[in-house]
Amino acid sequence: MSASQYRIVQSSGASRIAAALGLIVLALLVLAPYWAGRADLRLLGEVLLYLSLASLWNLLAGYAGLVSVGQQAFVGLGGYALFGLTMFGGLHPVLAVLVAGVIGGLVAMPVAALIFRLRGAYFAIGTWVMAEVFRLSAAQVSALGGGSGTSLPTPVVQSLADGRDAREALSYWLALAMALLALAVVYGVLRSRNGLALTAIRDNELAARSLGIDIWRTKFTVYVIVGALTAATGALLFLQKLRISPDAAFSANDWTAFVIFIVVIGGIGTVEGPIIGVIVFFLLRETLADLGTTYLIILGMFAIGVMLLAPKGLWGMVRARSDIQLFPLRRKVVAKPKD
Amino acid sequence: MDWLNAIVQGTLLGGLYALFAAGLSLIFGVMRLVNIAHGDLIVLAAYLGLTVTSALGIHPLASLLLVVPAMALIGYGLQRGILNRTLGGDLLPPLLVTFGLSVILQNGLLEIYSADPQKMNAGLLETASVLVGGISLGILPLAMFAIAVAVIAGLQWMFYHTALGRAFRATSDNQAIAQLMGLNRAHVFGLAMALSLAVTGIAGVFLGIRTSFDPSMGGARLIFGFEAVIIGGLGNLWGTLAGGVVLGIAQAIGAQINPGWQLLAGHIAFLVLLAVRPKGLFPRMDG
Repeated sequence: MSASQYRIVQSSGASRIAAALGLIVLALLVLAPYWAGRADLRLLGEVLLYLSLASLWNLLAGYAGLVSVGQQAFVGLGGYALFGLTMFGGLHPVLAVLVAGVIGGLVAMPVAALIFRLRGAYFAIGTWVMAEVFRLSAAQVSALGGGSGTSLPTPVVQSLADGRDAREALSYWLALAMALLALAVVYGVLRSRNGLALTAIRDNELAARSLGIDIWRTKFTVYVIVGALTAATGALLFLQKLRISPDAAFSANDWTAFVIFIVVIGGIGTVEGPIIGVIVFFLLRETLADLGTTYLIILGMFAIGVMLLAPKGLWGMVRARSDIQLFPLRRKVVAKPKD
Repeated sequence: MDWLNAIVQGTLLGGLYALFAAGLSLIFGVMRLVNIAHGDLIVLAAYLGLTVTSALGIHPLASLLLVVPAMALIGYGLQRGILNRTLGGDLLPPLLVTFGLSVILQNGLLEIYSADPQKMNAGLLETASVLVGGISLGILPLAMFAIAVAVIAGLQWMFYHTALGRAFRATSDNQAIAQLMGLNRAHVFGLAMALSLAVTGIAGVFLGIRTSFDPSMGGARLIFGFEAVIIGGLGNLWGTLAGGVVLGIAQAIGAQINPGWQLLAGHIAFLVLLAVRPKGLFPRMDG
C-alpha cells in the first residue's frame, strides 16, 4: 500500500474524445476564411468573441461568485483604448489590442479595490455604476467624438493588412485566437491552485478562509485577469465594427445581458456551458432576430425559465444524466494496475 | 446665489431619489433581495399612470389611487409566483431572474408604448412656485419632497409599531424561527414586495410628472436608488433619505459646473463616499 501505487488523473475517456473532436472543429475554424463567405465569416467572428466574453463572465460569476452586471465597462474601455492608441499613439492595431488588454488589467485593479467593498448583490449594481462612469466619461472625450462617437480612420484600417479579404481574415483569426485564449485561461485558472481555492470559496467561504485561503486576493486576481481579457475582447469587437460610440461601447444589453443569458442557458459554473450557450444564443438570434423586441422578451423568459427549472443550464441537464466532463477539472485517485 | 439655488433644488430632487430607493431598501431589509428590475418597475408605474390619466381624463395625482394598488398587486403576484422560488442561500438565481424581468419589462414597454418619450401633464402644478428668500421653489418639487418624507416616516412607523412591521423584522432576523412562530414566510415576502412596489408606484407617477420618460430609462433609476441606499447606509430608511439628498445635491452642483457632468458628479460622489465610508453615512446593518 505504498503511495506510489496510486496516481491522480484528471482526464477521462470522454475528455479525450472531446479533445480529438475539438481539434477537428478547431482545424475547420482556422480554415474558415477559405470556406466561409464574407457574411458568415463576420458572424463566426462575432460568435467567437461572444464565446470569449461568456467564458470570462462565467469564470467571474460562476466560479468566483463575483456577479458583475458591468462588464461592458471593460468591453468599452478596450474599444476606446484601441481607437485612442491607433489614432493618437500610432500603434499597429494588433499591438493596440494587446495594450488594450494590459490597460484593462491595470484599470481593473483600482476598480476592484473600490467595488469589492460592496457585498453580494450590491456588488452587482456597483459594477453597473462603474460602467456608467466609464460611459459618461467617454462621452466627455471630444478627441474621440464625444457623445456621438467616431470611426476608425482609413489609414489605420489599411495598416491592418493589404486588401479587404486579408483584413477580414486577419480580424477573424484574431477573434479565434481571443476565444481560444479566453478558454485556455479560464481552464488554466480553474486547474491551478487558484482554481481549487475558488471552488473551496464557492462551496463554503468560512471553511475556505479557515484553511488559510486569502479570499480577497483570490477574487482580486480573477477580477483583474477577466478585466484584462474582456478589454482585449472589446478591442477586437470594435476592430470588427470599425466605429465606436459611448452608447455602443458601454451597452449593458449587448455586452452584459446577452452574455449573462448565454452563460445561464448553457450552464453557469461549467467550462462547457458558455460554449453550448453561445451556440444556442446565435441559433435563436439568427432565426428570431426579425421579431425585434419580441425576440428579447422571449430570450428573457427563456433565461428565467432555465434559471427556475434547470438552474445548472443545458449542460447541467446533460451532466445530471451522464456525469460527463469535456474539460476535466476533477482529480481522481486511481490505483495502478499490478504488473 | 446660483450655487445656493443648485443646492436647494438638488435637495428637493433628493426626495424623488429617496422614493426610488425606499422600495429597494425595504425588500433588501426583509429578504436580502436586490431587485435589478426595480428601475424598470418605476418606469412601468409611470406608464400605468399615463394610461390611467389619458383613458379616464383625470389629473396625474388622482391616478395614484389606481396605480399604487395596481403596483402592489403586481408586487404580490411577482413575489409569490416567481421570486419566492429563487430565494435561498444562493445569490445568483434572484439576481439573474430579476435581470431577466428587467429585459422583459423594458422590451414589453417598448413594444406597447414605442420608444417615443412621454410625459404626464399636471397642469398648473408643474409651473407654480413660491419665492423663499430670493430662491424660487417649485410647488411640485416641494410636494415631492414632502411626500418622500411622509412615505419614509410611514414606513418607519409601520416597521416599528405594527404587527406587519413586526412580521417583517422577525423574518428579516431569522426566517426559520419566524416560520416556527406561525408566520407564513411566502406571504410575508409577498406583502413586503407589494409594499415596495406601492412606493415604486408613487415614485413612478412623480417621475412621469417631473420629466419625460421612455422605456429605456429604468436602469439609471435603479442606479440612483441604489446609490441613495448605499450612501445613506444599509437598512436605515432616514439614512436613505439623506443619501437621496446627497446624490441630488451632487448632481445639481455637477450640472451647475457643466451640464454634461450632472450624472457623472452623482456617480463620483457615490464612489468617493464608498471609498471613505464604505458602510454609508448612517449604517444600521451589515450587507
